[in-house]
Amino acid sequence: MANARLITGKDAIREALIEEMRRDPSVFLLGEDLEQATFGVTDGLVEEFGAERVRNTPISENAIIGAAIGAALTGMRPVAEIMFADFLMDAMDPIVNTMAKIRFMTSGQAKVPMVIRTPSGAGLSAGAQHSQSPEAIFMHIPGIKIAVPSTPYDMKGLLKTAIRMDDPVLFFEHKMLYYEGGEVPEGDYTVPFGKADIKRQGKDVTIVAVLAMIKKALMAADILASEGIEAEVVDPRTLYPLDMDSIINSVKKTKRLVTVEEGSRTGGIGAEIAARVAEEALDYLDAPVKRLGSADCPIPFSPALEEVMYPTEQGIADAVKQILG
Amino acid sequence: MDKGFLLNLYETMFRIRTFEEEVKKQFEDGNIPGFIHLGSGQEAVSAGACAAIKKDDYIGSTHRGHANLMAKGARTDRMMAELFARETGYCKGRGGCLHITDMSVGSIGANGIVAAGIIVANGAALSAKLKNNKKVILTFFGDGAANQGKFHEALNLASVWALPNIFICENNLYGEATPQSKHMRIKDISTRAQAYDMPGVSVDGQDVLKVYDAVSEAVKRARDGKGPSLIEAKTYRFHGHHIGDPETYRTREEVEEWMEKRDPVKLFKSRLLKEFKADNKEIDAIEKKILKEIEDAVQFAAESPMPDPAVLTQNVYV
Ligand SMILES: Cc1ncc(C[n+]2csc(CCOP(=O)(O)OP(=O)(O)O)c2C)c(N)n1
Ligand SMILES: [Mg+2]
Repeated sequence: MANARLITGKDAIREALIEEMRRDPSVFLLGEDLEQATFGVTDGLVEEFGAERVRNTPISENAIIGAAIGAALTGMRPVAEIMFADFLMDAMDPIVNTMAKIRFMTSGQAKVPMVIRTPSGAGLSAGAQHSQSPEAIFMHIPGIKIAVPSTPYDMKGLLKTAIRMDDPVLFFEHKMLYYEGGEVPEGDYTVPFGKADIKRQGKDVTIVAVLAMIKKALMAADILASEGIEAEVVDPRTLYPLDMDSIINSVKKTKRLVTVEEGSRTGGIGAEIAARVAEEALDYLDAPVKRLGSADCPIPFSPALEEVMYPTEQGIADAVKQILG
Repeated sequence: MDKGFLLNLYETMFRIRTFEEEVKKQFEDGNIPGFIHLGSGQEAVSAGACAAIKKDDYIGSTHRGHANLMAKGARTDRMMAELFARETGYCKGRGGCLHITDMSVGSIGANGIVAAGIIVANGAALSAKLKNNKKVILTFFGDGAANQGKFHEALNLASVWALPNIFICENNLYGEATPQSKHMRIKDISTRAQAYDMPGVSVDGQDVLKVYDAVSEAVKRARDGKGPSLIEAKTYRFHGHHIGDPETYRTREEVEEWMEKRDPVKLFKSRLLKEFKADNKEIDAIEKKILKEIEDAVQFAAESPMPDPAVLTQNVYV
């Protein structure tokens, strides 16, 4: 990669915000505690862009999302931060009933070019109300685009695309990925929505994973490779639009599918992917689809309990071996 | 006061009344589907308030929003067509009564969710502030909406950020079937402004000039960068919450008394004739013109095509 450096996910997001705010004066940020951000993403931005464009808000999630919608409707490109993805639930009404629908309800008079950035995912013993992975909930709502980057490179490139897009975007940032490093080019580049990244080629099984589960899936692929099994790891990168073509092409080649997510299995991302594969490529499957995710259970505090909630690299490898028979 | 301005106010109020009464008739004749919330009785609030702002200023509207939109300058034929669920309607039959919107006249949307528009309005005001274009927004909502958490979040944020947002509570004394006395302990919703350190006034919402004056003052304040205001207009809806409401929560006598003594259209007409020396002919000409306009609107709507199911999913995304 030209001009690439090793930086963290947090810095990749921050770089995208800085570059987009420099490029386009209609881009601005709003959210709680942006000047001393919970995960540090926006620290220091107020110094460069000023308090007009880096807007600290009261703890009012409805007012944050509402103001972002109204600003987007009137020519701005707001990037709202919801401090934890769990708090999206506070603002479900403006997200689901206004942001997602106003373009349709006005038959195209309105457009809502806004982004909601929010950290999701577990791993910090933050308990049931600060650890959720609610990405799949929003796949059920027409009118929202959803990004789920797994690397610093995708975080920066997808966020730039999201900010320039005229549709509203929910942008999930996995908390553990804030601190992971990756190669990220300096300066401008974008990553398109709706285009999966084949993280590893293989012929024996397709593993579709998102966010922090990509790393586990790749580790599982290493374990499997040592046993002579070649797994193909597919990262959809966005859940809407969802690149089913790439997933189905992979399944047609490998004849087996395992999905891996951090959210609950029931009604999850894997449920949708498995159903679509069943509709479009059932005849190619040599084995039942396997869905891995968290148990249908709120997220516990104790690390002893939290760590059994989620798919592990060994668990993924075992699931693959199970369907390989 | 300029007579032309006053006659325009009357024309707006008479247009709203005539439109709303025609909508009722068309609904009862089976030509309009869905839930219809009429604004008859509340004309002076929209007319007086929108007369105090400019064409390129914004409004945010509600489920009872026909009057807001007409007062801001929307066309009645395209509104009627929307209520008839036709392709020629403002929202091409995708919105209906609850979501009827014409963004070209500055509306940023009408909401079926009570209080949903209040939080969104701050964003339009924020745009105006960031672009420094001196625009303002009038944010309409009901007495019932003032009990939503969103009301608190929105007024607090508008105050903290000194947004050019004029919050206009159309207190028609009922939230659906619940009278104000059973949904809040205070009488004057404007007193809630104190909690946000913004001006709050209650005005007679049946007096179009009082509404105009109060809103004008708040608009001036907003354009001067001094932030939001809360205006409560005491008003009354002449019809049920929606057409078909059995109205068990209020007496017929109460409704008739308001219609007889507190009808904003009649009150202003008699003032025009007596106090402002308008002559009957001028007023007749306005009324005739509007009656014809609404008749034409119905014809336009009735003759318009239904939306095409083949393009159902258009405009979900850009
Ligand atoms: C969040 C929400 N709760 C309940 C309703 C049902 N509902 C629609 S209008 C209405 C009454 C609203 O009262 P008010 O704000 O005073 O407006 P008005 O109808 O009197 O104009 C209710 C309860 C709704 N649409 N949205
Ligand atoms: Mg009411």
